[in-house]
Amino acid sequence: MKRTRLIIFILCFGLILPLSLPAWAEGLEDLKDLLDNKYGIDAYGFLEARGGLRLRDDPHEKDASIGEMRLQTDLSRDFERVELKIKFDLLGDTVLEEVDLDLRDLYLSFSPLDIMDVKVGRQILTWGTGDLLFVNDFFPKDWVSFFVGRDTEYLKAPSDAVRVSMFFNLFDLDLVYVPRFCGSEYIDGSRLSYWNPLLGRIAGRDFIFHDHRPDDFGTDSEYALRLTKNIKGTELALYGYYGFWQTPEGVDPAIPLLIYPELSIVGASIRDALLGGIGHLEFGYYDSRDDGSGDNPNIRNSEFRFLAGFERELSQDFTGGIQYYLEYMQNYEEYEGHLPTGMNKKDEYRHVLTLRLTKLLMNQNLTLSFFTYYSPSDADGYMRPKISYKINDEWAAEVGGNIFFGSDDHTFFGQFKENTNAYASLRFSF
Amino acid sequence: MKTMKILTTIVALFVLGLSVYAEESPSVDEIIDQANKAAYYSGDDGRSKVKMTITDSQGRAREREFNILRHDVSDGGEQHFYVYFQKPSDVRKMAFLVHKHIDQDDDRWLYLPALDLVKRIAASDKRTSFVGSHFFYEDVSGRGIAEDSHEIVEVTGTHFVIKNIPKDPGSVEFASYTVWIDKNTYMPMKAEYVDKSGNKYREVEALEVIDIQGFPTVTKSRVRDIVDGGETVSEFTDIEYNMGLDEKIFTERYLRRPPREAR
Repeated sequence: MKRTRLIIFILCFGLILPLSLPAWAEGLEDLKDLLDNKYGIDAYGFLEARGGLRLRDDPHEKDASIGEMRLQTDLSRDFERVELKIKFDLLGDTVLEEVDLDLRDLYLSFSPLDIMDVKVGRQILTWGTGDLLFVNDFFPKDWVSFFVGRDTEYLKAPSDAVRVSMFFNLFDLDLVYVPRFCGSEYIDGSRLSYWNPLLGRIAGRDFIFHDHRPDDFGTDSEYALRLTKNIKGTELALYGYYGFWQTPEGVDPAIPLLIYPELSIVGASIRDALLGGIGHLEFGYYDSRDDGSGDNPNIRNSEFRFLAGFERELSQDFTGGIQYYLEYMQNYEEYEGHLPTGMNKKDEYRHVLTLRLTKLLMNQNLTLSFFTYYSPSDADGYMRPKISYKINDEWAAEVGGNIFFGSDDHTFFGQFKENTNAYASLRFSF
Repeated sequence: MKTMKILTTIVALFVLGLSVYAEESPSVDEIIDQANKAAYYSGDDGRSKVKMTITDSQGRAREREFNILRHDVSDGGEQHFYVYFQKPSDVRKMAFLVHKHIDQDDDRWLYLPALDLVKRIAASDKRTSFVGSHFFYEDVSGRGIAEDSHEIVEVTGTHFVIKNIPKDPGSVEFASYTVWIDKNTYMPMKAEYVDKSGNKYREVEALEVIDIQGFPTVTKSRVRDIVDGGETVSEFTDIEYNMGLDEKIFTERYLRRPPREAR
């Protein structure tokens, strides 16, 4: 049944629509005009086909890393004092064999006071200074999308939240309340293989690691705040978070299920112009409240995170960026002392370096980009080469890769080695 | 009677002399200063809808549509710009904020709504393409007048013709450029860029200037890449000056929530 629906979906969106696209595009423009003129609804979106293959043999997963048709619809309506926005993706997925509706945005935004903006509902939230590294941005991510080569937009997963922003003369304040914990999309084995510490080996579809999410509305809540000040271009920020680890950084070995231990964060950042480019520094202290003393090997310890980065134009339309990132585990002796025999020991310091190179060509319509993570302490890394080309104002094509490497199977990037993949996509925007 | 005649002659000569003096009076620095203000500082603030048509060397056209808001911190000095994109759809609702400085690099931020990301952009090179067009950032927000030495090469009936030579030739792609400035309005009407081998390779031209609220205003302009044949034409509509734009619009808050004036 699932399969039949999928085939119908793929046939509809994958074959019939592109074949009749010229007529369809014209009809769409008419529909957009009608929505705009008659109802004041601003409509746009895209239709995209994206496919990818594993480049290495992975006995635990399918050869296809991604295969999907996606139709995104983005509708917004500006009422006198309130804006309503809805954005959703209709998705036919050949790897998981399902048709899915992914609601990305559904919110109201308004300004009840001159100095206050409020956004209520499902929304994407981002703050902090890192480039694909996160210290104080503790909003949900979708690592599966990131690793299989979906558009970078999908690295951020939505939160069901209330965001209140206040703008004072002295500073700006953002408060985020998430009544029910959202959490990130983690690697559970259904699409990507991963290191399973219970089995002591790499697993995939043979051991889908399920989780137990804190999900009591109003009880399992998250709170985040940010205080910012821009002093003549120097951007200063303080951050706080009270909730849970976003990825399941704990395991209940009895069930066995992955769990989300409690977590609090305090942090700060600075970003400013520096040596003809942009420099940033950020740090955060992660208080893993369920394992304060660090002696529970099934729950991640508290840690310090530190990030420093610099980006600048190297020549015309060519930009380079570097970052250094550190995770410094607290109570390391307790961790070492209580680690069960046979478990792989993590380092006290995990160092990560990143490099970004971006070159724009052909009136900025062709983008060559390369981003890589490399950890000297874990001896592993992850490279993201990508070429994207805007064929015209409607069509865009992209090819890229997700290349994982590492000398061990249990390190953060090393465990994904066999998921190394290449992908291509074609998108029609309207 | 004779004294009267002499007196008249003296007065006439004096007046004539004065008017000759007035004709030649503006120094090159005054002309450049006036032209800079006429082109980039009309009123205390302003807004415009911009439609850019970018045609590449093979004749393929792409379009950009955006609204631009400007606020002058001081006349001829620091300025803020806010750009809100409407077309094409892949850049729709992105917002771009520039704090233009005179003696240091500008500050630039780009807001990507799909990621809710406020990205700070390195802005050391102002002579890179603005949104993939043939216009450079510097054509949009103005080139610092102290960055070139200026020389009047000709005064025609209608224009001051001024040659500009960069003080730091390594920082730019041109060897010099010549600007034709309208004598009445001080609007720069044409600029021709010459490379190191003396060849003209780029031309920026005001195609249409009209009066809006007493300010001469370019409503259509074009940049041509003479070497590869591509060009970008910008058309400006819905122009308004002295709107009393709130300075707060030019902050991170309004990147996330575009102001009514920009929508």
